[in-house]
Amino acid sequence: MNVKELTLQSAKNRKRLMEVVYNAKAGHIGGDLSCLNVMTALYSAIMNISPEQVKDPDRDRFILSKGHCVEALYTVLESRGFMAPSLTNTLGQFGSVLSGHPTIEVPGIEVNSGALGHGLSIGVGVAIAAKMDKRNYKTYVMMGDGEQGEGSIYEAAMAGHQYKLDNLVAIIDRNHLQISGNTEDVMALDSIDARWSAFGWDVKEMNGDDMQSIMDTFASIDFNNGKPHLLVSNTTKGKGVSYMENVASWHHGMPNEEQYQQAMKELDEAISQLEN
Amino acid sequence: MFACRKVFTETLLQLAQQDKDIVAVTTDARGSVTLGDFAKALPQQFVECGIAEQDAVGISAGLAHSGKKTFVCGPACFYVARSLEQVKVDLAYSRNPVKILGVSGGVAYGALGTTHHSLHDMAVLRCFPGMSICLPCDGRQTEKLVKVLVDYPQACYVRVGRAAVPDVYEDDNFTFEVGKANMLMDGKDLTIIAVGETVYHAKQAGIELTKQGISTRVLDMAWIKPCDREAVLKAARETGRIITVEEHSKCGGLGEMVCGIVAENPVPVRILGIPDEDAIHGTNKEIFHHYGIDAEGIVKSAKDFCRK
Repeated sequence: MNVKELTLQSAKNRKRLMEVVYNAKAGHIGGDLSCLNVMTALYSAIMNISPEQVKDPDRDRFILSKGHCVEALYTVLESRGFMAPSLTNTLGQFGSVLSGHPTIEVPGIEVNSGALGHGLSIGVGVAIAAKMDKRNYKTYVMMGDGEQGEGSIYEAAMAGHQYKLDNLVAIIDRNHLQISGNTEDVMALDSIDARWSAFGWDVKEMNGDDMQSIMDTFASIDFNNGKPHLLVSNTTKGKGVSYMENVASWHHGMPNEEQYQQAMKELDEAISQLEN
Repeated sequence: MFACRKVFTETLLQLAQQDKDIVAVTTDARGSVTLGDFAKALPQQFVECGIAEQDAVGISAGLAHSGKKTFVCGPACFYVARSLEQVKVDLAYSRNPVKILGVSGGVAYGALGTTHHSLHDMAVLRCFPGMSICLPCDGRQTEKLVKVLVDYPQACYVRVGRAAVPDVYEDDNFTFEVGKANMLMDGKDLTIIAVGETVYHAKQAGIELTKQGISTRVLDMAWIKPCDREAVLKAARETGRIITVEEHSKCGGLGEMVCGIVAENPVPVRILGIPDEDAIHGTNKEIFHHYGIDAEGIVKSAKDFCRK
């Protein structure tokens, strides 16, 4: 897919996401919307992964460390044929295989996550295994910016550097909001890029709300530079729904019917504009 | 006499030399685990994480997810506390078949105190679906365990001590089956069920009690999970009373597990272990004696129990 097609795919995923969350009456819609572009790009254009490859030892791996944004992952997996819409529609139903956090029961999901601060260590292990086995697959780990408060992340940061894991890409969905408010008020991250550079990582910034910036940034990664990669993806929490954008309460807020109709109208308009 | 940790790592090294997918992970603990030889012989199958147990367990999960037969090794006290969430989520819940070797478990660190004791490990890990728990009692059993664990399909926690321990099994001619207790001696008046290093003391106590006229059965309950419910029920039926012995808090360990098994058809059970207090400071041997989980203490408790 090219950038234009990816942008349209992401807009469609956004609409489907809204539908899934509204019907389930469950989810973390704000963060889902901020990381959706990057996940769409990863699954539709960047990663070597398909529904036929879920056990292929050479597939690229994606780990959603900010597991509460699983609805975005379900939507992306559905769009790529990993899971049927009828399965996605069971979210929120008693006994559904789908949980409010990723589980390996779902085709295409690599690890159970949801307790914050775990994904990067797992990613380090997967990336070390690739080096041991001389396989070329890449490992991508999506973290939240609020998640950066978890100390275990920095243990993993040290190990990533120690083992020169240039096959590992961590992404921080930098939407500046966590459940209690602005990240800088809750526990300041300051210059997040300097922090990761100091840990020895190859740091890049991108505009995660813009598909061109996302694709250019991923294309610029040097997978042979001996350093693990950290992408600061500057995004907007609630992206694409005007009343949700940059409002912390939409971390896991649930739209009422009127709000839902407005959101769907806005998302439909975005799709129409891209299609014309 | 063998130190179980040493037997474990030597066996693992032998197996890893034949199987490049076996990987050992540690946390600046290659000395205390006795992984130094492994690290030198197979550096490409060895992952040092520094002092970072959470990371080590997460990395182990990633390695296992990628097909590596992963053993994460270090002091038991840290893996079942500092990195407990990673053990719960990344290993047990995620069904990553990582083996945790917790060395110097229980009160093996003696006077180093509560920070270094792991008297809660069985209680905590019993509640995790997807987690097995085994406490071998001596070197020969440890060797058999390692061979079982290499291809064991789910996560397993192994606790061993620090010092060399006397042999419970005097040769290799014994069975070791996942989830099965071993009857070390049979009797009809009383069953002593023990786990880990207390098994040796239970066996000695059983010999002494039998001499004194109390016919005693002794069970080695190495597998806490899966556990041998049938052996417990049979002991209850056939001997009428049970003493449990564990180097563990009395809360949630072997004793309470046995009580749960016999609850529907109850027989008297006496639980010997560490009470709900910070363990007294002393050597491992002194602590065992203080809390009555050595052979002398078991005999004393058994005689008192059988009089009632």
